[in-house]
Amino acid sequence: MKPSKPYRVFRNSALVVVVFALMAPLLWMIAASFKTNVDIYDTAKAFVFSPSLKNYETVLQQANYLEFIGNSLWVAFAATTLSLLLGVPAAYSMSRFSMKKSALVVLMARVIPGVSLLVPWYYVFSNLKLVGGFTVLILSHMFVSLPLIVYIMMGYFDGLPTELEEAALVDGLTHIGAFRRITLPLSVPGVATAGILSFIFSWNNFMFALVLSGSDTKTLPVAIFDFVGYASIDWGGLMAAATVVTLPIMLIALFVQKYVVSGLTAGATKG
Amino acid sequence: MSAVLTPRTDSPEVPAASVDTTSAWSRWANEHRKWLFAAPAMAFVAVLIIFPVAWTGYLSLTDAEGSVRAESEFIGFQNYLDVLTDTDRFWPAVWRTVLFTGVVLFFEVILGMAIALLLWRPFRGEKWVRVAILLPLVATPVAVGMMWRLIFDPNIGMANQLLGWIGIGPQPWLAGQNSALPTTMFIDIWQWTPMVVLILLAGLTSLSDEPQEAARIDGASSWQRFRHVTLPLLMPTVIVAILLRGIDALKTFDILYATKGRGGGSFHEVETLNVYAYGLSFDYNDYGVSSTVLIIFFLIIIGVMWALTYRKKGLGR
Repeated sequence: MKPSKPYRVFRNSALVVVVFALMAPLLWMIAASFKTNVDIYDTAKAFVFSPSLKNYETVLQQANYLEFIGNSLWVAFAATTLSLLLGVPAAYSMSRFSMKKSALVVLMARVIPGVSLLVPWYYVFSNLKLVGGFTVLILSHMFVSLPLIVYIMMGYFDGLPTELEEAALVDGLTHIGAFRRITLPLSVPGVATAGILSFIFSWNNFMFALVLSGSDTKTLPVAIFDFVGYASIDWGGLMAAATVVTLPIMLIALFVQKYVVSGLTAGATKG
Repeated sequence: MSAVLTPRTDSPEVPAASVDTTSAWSRWANEHRKWLFAAPAMAFVAVLIIFPVAWTGYLSLTDAEGSVRAESEFIGFQNYLDVLTDTDRFWPAVWRTVLFTGVVLFFEVILGMAIALLLWRPFRGEKWVRVAILLPLVATPVAVGMMWRLIFDPNIGMANQLLGWIGIGPQPWLAGQNSALPTTMFIDIWQWTPMVVLILLAGLTSLSDEPQEAARIDGASSWQRFRHVTLPLLMPTVIVAILLRGIDALKTFDILYATKGRGGGSFHEVETLNVYAYGLSFDYNDYGVSSTVLIIFFLIIIGVMWALTYRKKGLGR
């Protein structure tokens, strides 16, 4: 049944309000990143100003952001790849053999407060002289990625019919061969979903890098704080930095929207 | 095998020899594939999670302080006694954590449900609304905190300018001792309501139309259909949304640190348990006490989760 006209009018106006409330702050941040600090302090120039790239010059050249972008990319990429290597076979086993307790152990990582891991990690890794290096940063981000990947992939494998694997066994493949040649190629959408989500969560992660990164392994969320001084804030630079951090991840999410949504809502409807 | 059977064209190319050349290793691997597949991930989790949590438990019983290399003594449950009687920092932090989580969950579920219902049936321009819903969700929380920090700045922020246009005086927002916590709640609601929308929308889309139709034929109003048909059917999904958001809301850190800095501000206005534990560990290096706070915090999270999953089971059809 088609909704009535008054309802459609109400729905459309309500949705305009929702879209405005969600988008306006982001657009405001991007606009401010093109303003000089003088213009930001001048409320008369809230909407009309002459755009300047000076903040981006500061962020990319003086503040060394190209290096931090590289750090963030490397950490997110490495943590995601390693977590997929560990997580996908584990999720397969846990799904096919109904290893509920083992799955619960991995998923506990989603529940534990990160700080309770940081103290022992800091202790161990500073003794191993690894604090400030990429190794420990990548390991810590895997703590975020791995449970996410196991959670999403278990749901995916649960929904994959076993008949194809059984047919492959009849045709002479081994169990591992059937996983490698039949199940894995069929799971590409699931792996893509899990990988993208893991990349986003690693890119956005702040607390682990705050404690475990050094001055030359800093990731973007930590580097933002370079623009917040004790006495004053470089608002233009700060907004440009915030834009540099969020815009790439928002664009990626837009291109692969379907995967992001299915990853975020994984397991929601199983009840 | 009968020669009448045509060769299967849909089956993968399998070298006929693969069965014969099965090595001992391959046979062993196939027999033990359950653990061969699961063990690396489990070992990773065990080393990086179970061991640290156990260590945190141990540290909570010591007076570890200062450097991580310093000697510490076993002092039993003294830290727990100190923490649980600390009405200066600990209990206010517990209260703020509970308040923050309760308020943001309430608004995120109500608003999330409303928006999900608006988006339920297909309409033109749906794609654009979905983009708007997705963006806050994937934005880096620290950057989101900084963005709102500018908007809520008492002197130059857009928020006070907007209030000025409708004749309301400037508010201190994040800078106010009483308004800081509600302002951070607002930021959390802005960023995470879309998450609830997506989860509930997935739930709504998976519902079958028949109960709705039956209720409509029986003359139920749209509110009655929502209250007595849609909502009960959607309840398991609502619980999942509350569970997922609740765990993250209890542990909120990034936006609090981005907007108020260390210790949740100079008067600890937004100091939740997670922020308090972080400060104890890495600003004061008071590892014994911070571990105690963390263990209590952990037990609170487990308790809440258990209560919610228990309720979910009770509601399961």
